[in-house]
Formats: sequence, structure tokens, C-alpha cells
Amino acid sequence: MDKKRAFVHPYIPNSVPQVKARMLKDIGVESIEELYGDIPESLRFKGKMNIPQALVSEYDLKRHVEQILAKNRSCSKNLSFLGGGCWRHYVPAICDEINHRSEFLTAYAGEPYEDHGRFQALFEYQSLMAELLDVEVVNVPTYDWCQAASTAMRMAERITARSEILVADTVNPDRLSAISNYCTPVLTVTTVKHHQQTGMIDLADLKAKLSANVAGVYFENPSYLGIIESQGQAVSDMVHSNGGLTVVGVDPISLGLLTPPSGYGADITCGDIQSLGLHMYYGGALGGFIATRDEERFVMEYPSRLFGITKTAVEGEYGFGDVAYDRTSFGVREKGKEFVGTAAALWGITAGVYLSLMGPKGMAELGRQILQKSQYAIAMLSKLKGVKVPRFEASHFKEFVVDFSRTPMTVEQINKALLEEHIFGGHDLGVLSRELANCALYCVTEMHTKADIDKLVTVLSKCLGE
Amino acid sequence: MKNNKAKVRNFHQAKWDEEIIFELDTPGQCGMLIPQIEPEIEQLVGDGFSPLPQNMKRVQPPGLPEVSQMRVLKHFLRLSQHCLGADFNIDIGQGTCTIKYNPKINEVLAGNENASQLHPLQDQSTVQGALEIMYKLESFLKEISGLDRFSLQPSSGSAAIFAMASIIQAYHKSRGQAEQRDEIITTIFSHPSNAAAAAVKGYKVITIYQNEDGLPDVEALKKVVSKRTAGLLITNPEDTGIFNPRIAEFTRIVHQAGGLCGYDQANANGILGIIRAKESGFDLCFFNLHKTFGAPHGCGGPASGSLGVTKELREFLPVPVVGFDGEKYFLDYNLPNTIGKIRSFYGAFPVILKAYAWIMSLGADGLKEAAHVAVLNNNYLFEKIKKIKGAAAPFAKGRHRIEQVRYSWAPLFEDTGITTEEITLRLIDFGFHLWSSHHPFIVPQPFTIEPTESYSKDELDEYLAGLEQVVCEAYEDPEKLKNAPYNSVVHKIDHSTLDDPKKWAITWRSYLKKHKSAD
Repeated sequence: MDKKRAFVHPYIPNSVPQVKARMLKDIGVESIEELYGDIPESLRFKGKMNIPQALVSEYDLKRHVEQILAKNRSCSKNLSFLGGGCWRHYVPAICDEINHRSEFLTAYAGEPYEDHGRFQALFEYQSLMAELLDVEVVNVPTYDWCQAASTAMRMAERITARSEILVADTVNPDRLSAISNYCTPVLTVTTVKHHQQTGMIDLADLKAKLSANVAGVYFENPSYLGIIESQGQAVSDMVHSNGGLTVVGVDPISLGLLTPPSGYGADITCGDIQSLGLHMYYGGALGGFIATRDEERFVMEYPSRLFGITKTAVEGEYGFGDVAYDRTSFGVREKGKEFVGTAAALWGITAGVYLSLMGPKGMAELGRQILQKSQYAIAMLSKLKGVKVPRFEASHFKEFVVDFSRTPMTVEQINKALLEEHIFGGHDLGVLSRELANCALYCVTEMHTKADIDKLVTVLSKCLGE
Repeated sequence: MKNNKAKVRNFHQAKWDEEIIFELDTPGQCGMLIPQIEPEIEQLVGDGFSPLPQNMKRVQPPGLPEVSQMRVLKHFLRLSQHCLGADFNIDIGQGTCTIKYNPKINEVLAGNENASQLHPLQDQSTVQGALEIMYKLESFLKEISGLDRFSLQPSSGSAAIFAMASIIQAYHKSRGQAEQRDEIITTIFSHPSNAAAAAVKGYKVITIYQNEDGLPDVEALKKVVSKRTAGLLITNPEDTGIFNPRIAEFTRIVHQAGGLCGYDQANANGILGIIRAKESGFDLCFFNLHKTFGAPHGCGGPASGSLGVTKELREFLPVPVVGFDGEKYFLDYNLPNTIGKIRSFYGAFPVILKAYAWIMSLGADGLKEAAHVAVLNNNYLFEKIKKIKGAAAPFAKGRHRIEQVRYSWAPLFEDTGITTEEITLRLIDFGFHLWSSHHPFIVPQPFTIEPTESYSKDELDEYLAGLEQVVCEAYEDPEKLKNAPYNSVVHKIDHSTLDDPKKWAITWRSYLKKHKSAD
């Protein structure tokens, strides 16, 4: 043991030399090095890791990290109209209070006895989501919407024993990328065109692409472009009569007011819970949900954990546990349904808190206000010369495409000018497709005031030279 | 057998007998209001709802409960008290999962609005701090692993394994061998996701079992490699805590057959700064930031499985990675053979930030000290547990373990008929958690303990006293164990409904339909 080393880090109690010595003696070895006897010299790392000098005092560490973070400009100090898969909604104080509780924050995989609260909170999350989605089964959250949609595709593949999926070309591009990788090489992914004027699914193209090989059709509603798809039932009818499944991705914050996908034929619904009480965290606080009817053929295809309610030896006491655990990879490794592990449970608990606080009226009021404010923004932006908004003729929720192609400026130039006025303009869609060259996706939520929207319009008007 | 030295707590967990949230529903109450809409907006656009397509207007409002704010708070606080996180118990009984101290300062830092209030599509000039943290964390992981490039995108260890399988497939595809190379090799003591995630990519999975040392057999590997081998996915030390000293032979054999080697570093906590993926011959590896690098487990996520590769495989990584041109950090999408997205955006930023702060607090020497003490703590427990009547530690007799041990209650079971599960449930009565192990149970009546570097010797001794107490009861009063726990939130759970499609209830509405409608 190195006698010179008296330093003991607060995180490592048994670094105290006397404690170490006592423990080594009990083990019956002279040094910690002896405990590594199985590791051959040839594998040992002989150098020193090039990692900066430790900031062992908490104060030094705090200063250091805060100095780096201070280089960021946040959405609370600037006016953001960014959307596209991560949104700024109000996060009630109680959501943060609960997800910072040591009990939840540092729990992991206890039994449904000492971790009864984890099981109940996640069961309640499943149940609250089920009400919002009007379904009977919701999973313990997976990583994000990308994973939820990808898994939904694979569930459709297993349920139908078919090998192609059709995906609307208006889904989030990240999602299409993740789905494509997740399905290769087992499933073929084919995109379905959208209607040029409305942005909705081109039913003729869908019809042409449906075949006996198609396991399912996936679209998002509202779509990536904010469009409310009104042909959901028609799509479902076509898919179902062809023997496939309808899979719909949805932003759950829209469902206080909008018909849930199960209401227009969705067999599997998926989406992200970020909008339900989670801060944006640079896109780092995501959680995916998958939802279906309570039919064995669906339930048995979930890879996720599903917490169920049951009874205990004491009359009236609620117990919880894993439903059909043996379908999971924990149970049967590669014979299980895909794979399962640590994902986004704490965010699920938080979303449950959010829905409990909001209730049915809160969710409806929130939905209405998002509609009103985004419609107001559309109306005001429409007054700007050369600006076409919305780009597509349809109803929108929260997000809409602003077409700047008939203005003298590019989206890049506009966003640079807005940034100087502390406004984060909608992100450039031109990188995705030629059709959307010089278009931007704008997002308006309950967080925006009339003054915020008016400020955007004023600054835009100035920078477009009006 | 009477053990008078046992010093366990007179523990009792909180028990609120709390309702299900739906049972708190009182129509008219509400927990949260949103701002009033400005009259000018309403004047211009009306109610916002009327213009929607008729079939998209929700007819039946969602059946969410209506509960006042304080009652919602109280409800979830009570549920939190029905949970036993690492901040409360001596959380060493969940071997393979590296439950260590999660510093509170890192929570404070993650809550900074310059972290929590960032949108992922902000102009890159406005997120230089976030990109700097990601870039620097990557540089630390490169030092720790010896590999050349990292993606912080995968959302967990399993997602990182899936990404490794995807890269292996994309690599062989780029060489025109994707179809020929359709087999992934793993070992039975590697995490189940190594087998399961490979199967998602369409691979045939070959699992190598252990030899008498508990290690995967080199001869067995030689027999299964062929021109069909796409790659190897393996942990080391394995989930038994036994280090595989022939790991470089494994990677060499797979390389000679034309395959790639992916290193599941979920078990890295005992080897930080001591061995690296590079010297063992790996092409890919990943670290769990929420385990090894001090970010909390959060009841099962959010998490991060940061994925590293050699420079030859850089172009296959998920996009984007973070670059630095000497002045500015930037998101780099220029990876010609990328597997695309594994997750939306760039990764679980709060987890990334906490891992960065954890490493900055320890430095290179501190990381190595953490590994040393994790191994010291483990072998201390190993020495003591081996001496507990009824406990055994199969394989590799007379050798030390790295950061965890897979033990067995098989002798106890033979003596008393008491199972691991029954031991587990009785330990709860003293405030302890013990996990069995991943399936399949190669080791009969298994349990796995991983003490990490976070717990003091006194705490380890207290946990040992708990084990001794329960073993003592198993021999003297086995009936007592059969009905445990007694001091936890609830009593013996009836699992019979959970595997029966007619009875399982995954949501409250299903429960009401299946179990209450007949009442």
C-alpha cells in the first residue's frame, strides 16, 4: 500500500489507509495489486490517462461546469420557436420535485416490495397514458419515440408474419432513419408520398404500395410538419382490408382535444412523453410509449416491461409485478422479443405526475390554447409580404411550415437576423427536401404570449425589408 | 446456529396504504392551471377548435382523474417513500448494475437552465457549452478505452449493443459480406442483450458456455468461428466477476476469421485505468454512463450507453458526432457509412453532463482509485461470504474476483429448501435488497453482489450481518422466511394473475373491467 497517499476522496470512503490495510489483511493479501492477479501483464495499460487535474472540491467543480454551461444561450433567456421532436412546454414544479426525490432518482431494480412505489408509479403512468390514448395496454417507457416506432414496426412484423412496412414520408426524419436501421435486414421500409397541397397521405400512392407483403403502415399525427391528418380512418380501412396493421405516432399533448389514434383504427400507437412535464435538456429527456388493445397477440409481442396490478396476502392491499415476463430478453435472451433494459422510467413517472396534475380539463384547455396561439401566429405571419404560411392547406397543431421562398432572404439569413434579436427562428427544412427549400418549421406552445408572437412578426417584418 | 454478532437494523419501511391515483378523483378539482388566453388572440381566431376536421375532434374527454395540487404531491411523495433507492439502503445487492453514489452536485448542475432549457435544434453558436461537454467527455472515454471515436447517442447499454451489432453489419455490408456473415458469437455470462440485440439485426446467435473456471472456452470459440462469423459481443470480466485472461486470444481468433469484436463494458468499474479495450484487441466498446460514471439509475433510466470505435469504424457511427475545429465545437454529420440514427438528437444530455462532472471530480488517479477500492470491497465481501454457511462461489477456486461475484445459495437450498427468492424477500425486512441474477440460472440459486467503491467498510459489514441473520433463520426457522417480508410496504404478492391473459391488468381501466365489474 502506498503510505504517502493520504488523500481520501469524499466519494470513496475505504480509501482511508487504515481501513484499506484492515480489509487487505482480512482478505489475506498484501496489496490491491494482488487482487488483479488474473490480468496478464500484456493486457495492462502502462500509460497514464490524459484526463484533466481533478476538481476535488465541490465548489471548484461547480464553478468549472457552470462556466462551461454559461457559454450556452437558453430558451428561457431567448425567444424560441423551435420544435421538430422536442418542445418547450411548461413543466409544473411538482414534476421536478418528484423526479428529484432521492427515492425515485436512485432506485433501480428492487423487488415489488421495497420498490412498491416504483411499480405503482409506473403502473399509474401506464394507466394515465391509456386514458389519454384510449387503449388498455401501455408499456414502461422505452428510450424515445424513435425506439417506440421502431419496435411497433417489429411488433407488426411478428404479428402479421409479413416483411414490408410503409412509412409516410412526412414522419420525423430522425425517426425514418432510426426505423430503417432497426428494421434492416428483416423488414423492407418503403415510404408513402404526401399530397402536394395538403401535406396529408396520398391515398392513391398508399393504395398502389399496399400488397400482401405489407405488415403495417406508419404515419404520425400531427405529422412532423404539424399537419393534422384527417384521413386516419380511411388509411386504417385500406390497411386492415389488406391484412396489415395501422401504426400511428402521436404527440400526447394534443390528445386533450384531438381524437386519439385508436379512434381512427390504429392498432399500435406510439410517441414520446417529452412534452408531458419534461424539460428539453438539449433533446436529452425523451421517453417512448407503445400502446395497444389488451389482446394476447399484441401483449405477447411487447419487448418492454409491463407492470400489472394484483393482490397480496393481505386483503385490500395492492401488489404489482411484471406481466408475462417470459416474453422478454431478460427471461429468454435471444429468444425473447427484441431486447429490454434500462430506458426512461423516471421520465415515465414524471409524465404520470404531469397528467395527474392536468386532469382532463387541463389537457383540453392546454390543447385549445396551443391551437389558438399557433393559429394566431399563422394569421399574423401571413400578413408578411412573400411569406406563405402555412405552406400546406390543412389544420395544424402546434407546428406549421413557413415558406420564405418568395422573400428575398434564405432561412439561414433570416435565422441569423432573428438570433441577433434573441429569437430562435424555426429550423430550416430545406436540408430535408427540395420541395421544402427555404421553408422553416415553427412551433408555438402555451409558453408563448401574444407579445412574443407579435415580437417575432415585427422583427421578421424588419428583416424582410418591409 | 446462533449468530450473536449479527447487527441488523430494526427496520420498517414506510407504508401509507396509498390509493391508486384514480381513486383520488374528485370531479371539479384541479392540480394545475395554465395562463389565460389573451382576448385579442381569441377575438382573431375564436376557440381554435371549431375549424378542425370533425373526425379529429375528440368526443369523449380523456378519463384522467381530477385531483387538487397538494393531494397529487402527497400521493407521489408517498409512493416515493415506498421505494428504496441507493441514497437510503446499502445498495450492493444488484450485482452487474454498479449501483454507486450519485453526487447531488451533479443533479444541481444538470438542473442549470443552461442545460435544461436548451433546444436541440438551436444554432450551434448558442450551444457551445453543451457541445464542449460532449466533446470533452468523449475525449475522456477515449483515454479510458484507448479507442478513437465515441458516439454519446445510444440511450442505454442495450441500445449501445444494438448499435454495435448494426455497425458490425454495416461494416460487412461495405465489404460485400453482410449476407455471408450472419452469425454473432457471445457468452452465457455476458448480459442477455448481447444475444437479444444481435438477434434483432437478424443474426443467428451462438452462445459459448463456461468451462470449469467459469470462463468461456477458447477451444469452443475455435470450433464456432467460420466465414459466417460477423462478430463477437462479450463482457470482461464476465457477470461472474471473473476476468478472462485469454481475451486477446478471443479477439485474435475472431479477427482471423474476419469478424469484428465488440466489448460490453458494463462491468468496467473494477478496471478503469488498468486495462483498456484497445490492448485487448476490441474494435468497438461501450460504457454505461449511468453505472460506471456516477449518473443515477432513475428507477430504470434515463441512461446512456456511450459507444466507442477504432478509427477504421468511425465512418459507421450514428450521426452526428461532435467535432472541434480549434475554435468552435460543431455537430459533424459527415460520416459516409453511418448507420443513421439510434435515437433522436444527440443523447441523454443530463446523463452526459453528470458523467462529465463525475470524471472531473475524480481525475485519472481518482478513476483508478475508484476501480481499486471497488475491487478491494468486492474481494473483502467475497472472503466473508464464502465463509457463510450455505453460500458458495462457483468456479475459479482460490482466485480473486474483479468487481462483483456471482454466488450461489445451492448448499443452503440443499440443507433447508430455502431459495434465493426467499432469502431476498426476508432481507427486505432489514432494509436490504438482493437480486438473483440474469436468466438462465447456470449457477443454481444464484445471487450477485457488486459493492462498488461507494460504501464504507461499516456498511459492508452491516450487509454481511444481514446475510448472516437471514441464513441463521433459514436453518433455525425456515417457516419465517416463507412468509416474508413483514416490514416492507406490502406482503406476499400473488403473481398468479400476471401470466394469465384473462386476469392480467396492465392499466387501471383493465383492472376495473377484469376484476371489479363482477363485484
